[in-house]
Amino acid sequence: MKYSMKCPVIRKDPLARGIYDYLIYAPQIAEAAVCGQFVNIKAEGFFLRRPISICGIDREKGTIRLVFEVRGDGTKVISSINEGDNMDIVGPLGGKGFELSDKSKRAVIIGGGIGTPPLLPIAEHYGRNAVVITGFRSADAVILQKDYIKSGADVILCTDDGTAGRKGFVTQALSEVLEKETPDMVYACGPMPMLRGVAKMCLDKGIRTQVSLEERMGCGLGGCLVCVCRTQKNDEEVYSHVCKDGPVFEAEEVLF
Amino acid sequence: MNSLETVFAGVHFKNPIVPASGTFGYGREFSELYPLSKLGGISVKGTTLHKRNGNLPPRIAETPMGCLNSVGLQNPGIDHFINEELPWLKKQDTVVIANIAGADIDEYRQVAQKLDDTDVDMIEVNISCPNVKAGGAAFGVTCEGAAAVTKAVRAVTKKPVMMKLSPNVTSIADIAKAVEAEGADAVSLINTLLGMRIDIRTRKPILHNNVGGLSGPAVFPVAVRMVWQVANAVNIPVCGMGGVSSAEDAVEIMLAGASLVQVGAAIFADPLAPVRIIEGMESYCADNGITDISEIVGAVKPY
Repeated sequence: MKYSMKCPVIRKDPLARGIYDYLIYAPQIAEAAVCGQFVNIKAEGFFLRRPISICGIDREKGTIRLVFEVRGDGTKVISSINEGDNMDIVGPLGGKGFELSDKSKRAVIIGGGIGTPPLLPIAEHYGRNAVVITGFRSADAVILQKDYIKSGADVILCTDDGTAGRKGFVTQALSEVLEKETPDMVYACGPMPMLRGVAKMCLDKGIRTQVSLEERMGCGLGGCLVCVCRTQKNDEEVYSHVCKDGPVFEAEEVLF
Repeated sequence: MNSLETVFAGVHFKNPIVPASGTFGYGREFSELYPLSKLGGISVKGTTLHKRNGNLPPRIAETPMGCLNSVGLQNPGIDHFINEELPWLKKQDTVVIANIAGADIDEYRQVAQKLDDTDVDMIEVNISCPNVKAGGAAFGVTCEGAAAVTKAVRAVTKKPVMMKLSPNVTSIADIAKAVEAEGADAVSLINTLLGMRIDIRTRKPILHNNVGGLSGPAVFPVAVRMVWQVANAVNIPVCGMGGVSSAEDAVEIMLAGASLVQVGAAIFADPLAPVRIIEGMESYCADNGITDISEIVGAVKPY
């Protein structure tokens, strides 16, 4: 099921410059949501909702966690919602989330910038059987490291300028990991050039890779068909919809 | 009798509210939010003879009180609609309006002919899509083009035919008269208004198609005006749309002359919008002692 409801904000924390961490009481959405899905949030004064990926689902407490970056005027308005206020949410959305294998399998998780939040539940699932590689512009943009460390995964932090963790891109760290082991699954979310690089490296080695994509979205449900991405099925190019065919896709399907 | 019951072009609707083509897919996704039987009908995604991929993304841009879109008639083709979508839709206890488009007159004719043998309740003919290079709006912007498509479709189907008109014309009333003369049972208006947005940093248009169709509350006054002009010019019923977002908007466009109302872009902002509008109209009728909603159609008292 999907729901359209006003949900109270239990907690709001600033994580880094322009990045906010919200804990929302939304029991129906938490019950229905799976890892990799998203919600569509009303920005007061704006026409279109803003799609935000789900960073955490707690069915017992009936909460979802949303971590997002202020990118424009719409997300700025959403970031002005405070504890005790309601957030107007449609969700959970997305026809396909991340597919989680048995916990004993080995997984490598790669997140770039604001692409890191939706991957956290994957790290929590695999725990010490996961390697998490996250990359950010610089130290002041780094988020969620404590959460990833708490998951039990091996955590590798990269920054473009070397102000935190190691200097360089996540793809460099990934190539070193892949020299040492061949994981069962790779999961990635982040900017398109990063996803393209990750997909090429992993698919060349025959590793199953899932990527979470984004595109400018309308309804978020599959009614308006605006959020297309280029994919291929049976050697035929297909314009899939991020909202209902994804947001998670098999990397081998995506025409990067 | 339920005060919202409506007969439009010979088709019975339990209420006059219909999600507009291109904003509601084939309805499946929304059936997870509410039963589609609450709706008067559904105008499904525009369908062409063969599958179309549509335009490259980005296909949508936010605008003040609305949005621009340039989907470009992405759809799986008429056979897929008839075989895979229509049987399910017909079980939803609501009126099914097929929406068709074509790159040339023959494509319109072939698609309409295929629908004539099906259970669709009505055919809406899109001669006003601003987002495709061939056909689409090209037919809808001249009386001759609009009349030619109407004539071709009329010749191959007994289903009620509703021509969906473009607002990007000098006189929409003249186009409406032209399609009425060729046997259209109804007209629907307005399709989107052609617009453009540019990213001032990159100097690139936001839409990959450069231009796209404007919809949402921003276009509502234009829609009301055009519905009023068309309703005064023709004797066939008018389905009004364009920025309708509330029960008050629906009442207003009906006062201008619409006897059926489509709700489009409002669904992007609030997927429950059609249901909210129906409930609001029920209250409006109860509060104002209206026992039959047709009382308000065209009841504006102009100066």
